Amino acid sequence: MKKSFLFISCEEAKHICDKSQYGEATGWERIKLALRLSWCRVTKAYSNKNNKLTDTIEHAKVDCLNTDERDKIKHQFEEELAKHQ
Amino acid sequence: MANHQLNPNNWIDLYSDYLFNYTISRVNDRAMAQDLVSETFLAGLKSMNNFKGEASERTWLVSILKRKIIDYYRKINSNKGKAEVRMTYNNDSESEGDWLEERVADPFDKTAEDKLENTELGNAIYDCLSKLPEKQAEVFKMKTILGYETETICNELNITPSNLWVLIHRARTALADCMEENWF
Repeated sequence: MKKSFLFISCEEAKHICDKSQYGEATGWERIKLALRLSWCRVTKAYSNKNNKLTDTIEHAKVDCLNTDERDKIKHQFEEELAKHQ
Repeated sequence: MANHQLNPNNWIDLYSDYLFNYTISRVNDRAMAQDLVSETFLAGLKSMNNFKGEASERTWLVSILKRKIIDYYRKINSNKGKAEVRMTYNNDSESEGDWLEERVADPFDKTAEDKLENTELGNAIYDCLSKLPEKQAEVFKMKTILGYETETICNELNITPSNLWVLIHRARTALADCMEENWF
C-alpha cells in the first residue's frame, strides 16, 4: 500500500474536515481524516474548532434572505432610492 | 459626537440579512419578516434627514425596524377579539384524560432565556460575518445558513467547486477565530 493512498496532508485533511461539516465527505475521505486526526494535533485543533462553529450556528438557528428574496427587496428599494437622488 | 454617516446605496448588501435574522426571530413568519425589512429600508430613506450621526447606520436601522415590529404586533392585537380558538378533544375512551397532559407546558420547550441567548448568538455571528470579505460571507451564508447544494452555488456565483471550498475554508477559519474572541 502506498503511503499517499492512506496518509493525507494537513491541508487535505482540513479540506475534508470542511466538506464533512456539510455531509459532503465520502466514507473513504472520512477514514483518511480519522487516521490523520489520531496523530496530528494541528488537524485535531482545526477539526475541534470547525465542529464547534457548526454546532454554534445550528444552535443559534440563524437565518438569512435567499437570492430571490433579497433581489425583490433590493429592486423595491432601488426604485425608491432613484426618486431620492 | 456625530461622526456616523448614511450611505443608502450599501444598505441592502450590508444589513438586509442582519435585519432579516433580527426580524424572523421575533415574528416567526418569513413573508412578514421580508415585508418588515423592506419597509424599514424605505422608512429609513424617508427619514434620513432625522439621522443625527450619533449611532451607527445599523443601530439606526434596527431602531426603525423595532418600531415596525411593535406596529405589526399592535395591528395583530387589535384583531384579537376576532380570533377564533379551536381545540379538538379526544373522544376515544381509552385515551380519556390524555389531552390534559398534552396541554401541560412542555418543560423542554424554549424558555425566554434560551431565545434571548439565541438572538444574541445570532447577532454575534452576524457581527463576525460582516467582517468577512463580501464573497466569502455570501458563499458561507448560501452553503451554511441556506443549505444550498455546492453545484447550485457554483452556478449562481459562476465559480468552480475548488473556489467554493477555498472560500468556505477561509470564511470558516475567520469566523471561528472571531467567535472565539467574542463569544466562546
